[in-house]
Amino acid sequence: MAKLKKPKRAAAELLQKCPTGIKGLDEITGGGLPKGRPTLVCGGTGCGKTLLAMEFLVRGATEFGEPGVFMSFEEKSEELSQNFASLGFDLNDLEARKKLALDYVHVDRSEIEETGAYDLEGLFIRLGYAIDSIGAKRVALDTIETLFSGFADEVILRAELRRLFGFLKDKGVSAVITGEQGEGTLTRFGLEEYVADCVIFLNHKVTEQIATRRLRIVKYRGSAHGTNEYPFMIDEQGFSVMPISSIGLDHAASTERVSTGIPRLDTMLGEKGYFKGSSVLVTGTAGTGKSSMAAHFVDAACRRGERCLYFAFEESRNQIIRNMRSIGIDLEQWVNKGLLEFRNSRPTLYGLEMHLVTMHKAIEGFQPSIVVVDPISNLVAAASDMEVKSMLSRLIDYLKMKGITAFCTDLTSVGGSLERTDVGISSLVDTWISLQIIEGSGERNRGLYVLKSRGMAHSNQVREYCITDTGAQLQDVYIGTGGVLTGAGRVAQEAREAVEILERGQEIERKQRDIERKKALIEAQIAALRVGFEAEKDDLERIIAREKLHQEALAEETRVMARFRKSDDLPAPQGNIIKAGKRGDR
Amino acid sequence: MTSEIRPKVSRKIKTEDVEKAWQLRLYVAGQTPKSLTAFANLKRICEEHLEGKYRIEVIDLMVNPQLAKGDQILALPTLVRKLPNPVRKIIGDLSNTERVLVGLDIKPLD
Repeated sequence: MAKLKKPKRAAAELLQKCPTGIKGLDEITGGGLPKGRPTLVCGGTGCGKTLLAMEFLVRGATEFGEPGVFMSFEEKSEELSQNFASLGFDLNDLEARKKLALDYVHVDRSEIEETGAYDLEGLFIRLGYAIDSIGAKRVALDTIETLFSGFADEVILRAELRRLFGFLKDKGVSAVITGEQGEGTLTRFGLEEYVADCVIFLNHKVTEQIATRRLRIVKYRGSAHGTNEYPFMIDEQGFSVMPISSIGLDHAASTERVSTGIPRLDTMLGEKGYFKGSSVLVTGTAGTGKSSMAAHFVDAACRRGERCLYFAFEESRNQIIRNMRSIGIDLEQWVNKGLLEFRNSRPTLYGLEMHLVTMHKAIEGFQPSIVVVDPISNLVAAASDMEVKSMLSRLIDYLKMKGITAFCTDLTSVGGSLERTDVGISSLVDTWISLQIIEGSGERNRGLYVLKSRGMAHSNQVREYCITDTGAQLQDVYIGTGGVLTGAGRVAQEAREAVEILERGQEIERKQRDIERKKALIEAQIAALRVGFEAEKDDLERIIAREKLHQEALAEETRVMARFRKSDDLPAPQGNIIKAGKRGDR
Repeated sequence: MTSEIRPKVSRKIKTEDVEKAWQLRLYVAGQTPKSLTAFANLKRICEEHLEGKYRIEVIDLMVNPQLAKGDQILALPTLVRKLPNPVRKIIGDLSNTERVLVGLDIKPLD
């Protein structure tokens, strides 16, 4: 008890915080646990109290340079080391480097005979010694309630506990005290009575055989904090809390576009495809080719060198790769190149929140630019519709915040309304493509509609969505008086139309040939007439010439006669005659 | 193991040849009334019931806090019976003689 007063009461106006380094917990507590004060972590058996306490210390020691003392009342130091080795925490090493001190306090009622007045000064001395020996700034007591089973005199014990928390505060250490949940109370022995600064409640709830861990900050004196129940998970990297519901709607909107991987679909979406960082929903009944569309999108993205994370809730990785190979998409090459990663799990493997948290972790780890969730509707198996909706909205918000394009498929039930998805997230998505089975003339064919696509001029037309050996293709469907025709009906209609066009073409050609023929005929007639006319004209001119000669001869004869009879000169008549003749010609 | 002997209650070693019969270790924290009472009580009981067969070691944890871990000391004062086996622990100021005798497994003198 040498160094009692640490500079800890300096921040009278603002509570100082001690970062836990635990993913998410610092966000919801607004920076960490109260510095220099005790925090109570309570919850039922196996909900992660010890882990939270230990991680608080280990992260403090490794990340924030604050050594810690772990006083265990339940597990021996060696057991702790073993247990935490599986989480990658090398407690022995930290202990050797004087970053961590483990102290196992053994309490056994049968070994303790009470023979008069006593106090728990021994505990204080041990704790004080451990703190001073490594200069600890953090302390964890796990689970101090064990003392209640070891000592009969509860009055002394309670007085000593009160003194202990005072002692911790005086030491200026940030402490985590764990406590077992009691019947209707936070802790079995009412520890919350002593630790009034910050209380964190851990819960491990099983609903429909699926367990979900949740964390709630019951109280945090002097600080604002998130009040919701936050899901958390424990995995090989330790404890992580997901404060997802705290994310707001202030993400940036990109104007960049990404190809859908299907050229004609790009055309339908304003020539360019989806917006980068937007959310795409593809709904359809079973077997409409939702996964194929996802594969196209993934393939196109990988071709551009982008990273994709594929969450599959229905099929295994190999099954997807095999199936997509049948439509000419080789996804395996991208997996081998490390551009594509599959995360396959059954929806019922764990609770929805755990799914969300796992997805978060995977996304944080892989840093993809595209995330595919195939299909979201399967998650309903793990929880109710409402929960799925809230989970998906959080997932989509999160992805948007990160600028990741989300591609979700959703299986709609047959007979359901088109404008409805089973999990009702349609209002959350930016681009909604519906794949539908169009039945007719003994066939089932796939039709594709763009139901909505925010912020772009998209096509309002139905396309036939054909899955071929070389990938998915979009075809125009025939829409006419007979209704929408697809598949063989469309092919037949197309053939019919082709024949019609051909016939019409031939008809036009024939008509044109008619015109030519008629023109030639007329021209021939004109030529014949001209020839006839020329001939007649020749004849007439010859007659005219002959008549002229005859007339001249006659006139000459008359003149000769007159001269012979010595009569007056007669006016020459020939001009008049010629003129009259010429007029007749023309 | 080193032992810290406070001047007032110097180490008592009675009859060297039977030294090993009873080894008692009393943990205290400073000279509080409780520790003084405890030591006085212990001495009295030992004199009455174990005359010449005991040895008391007093450890002041204020001086040697590192020793608290070894014997799993929580409450103070604590009396640990190191010998004879098995190790037994009793806590408190030893004012309840009957319980001390039960705790140390000493049969009262006839």
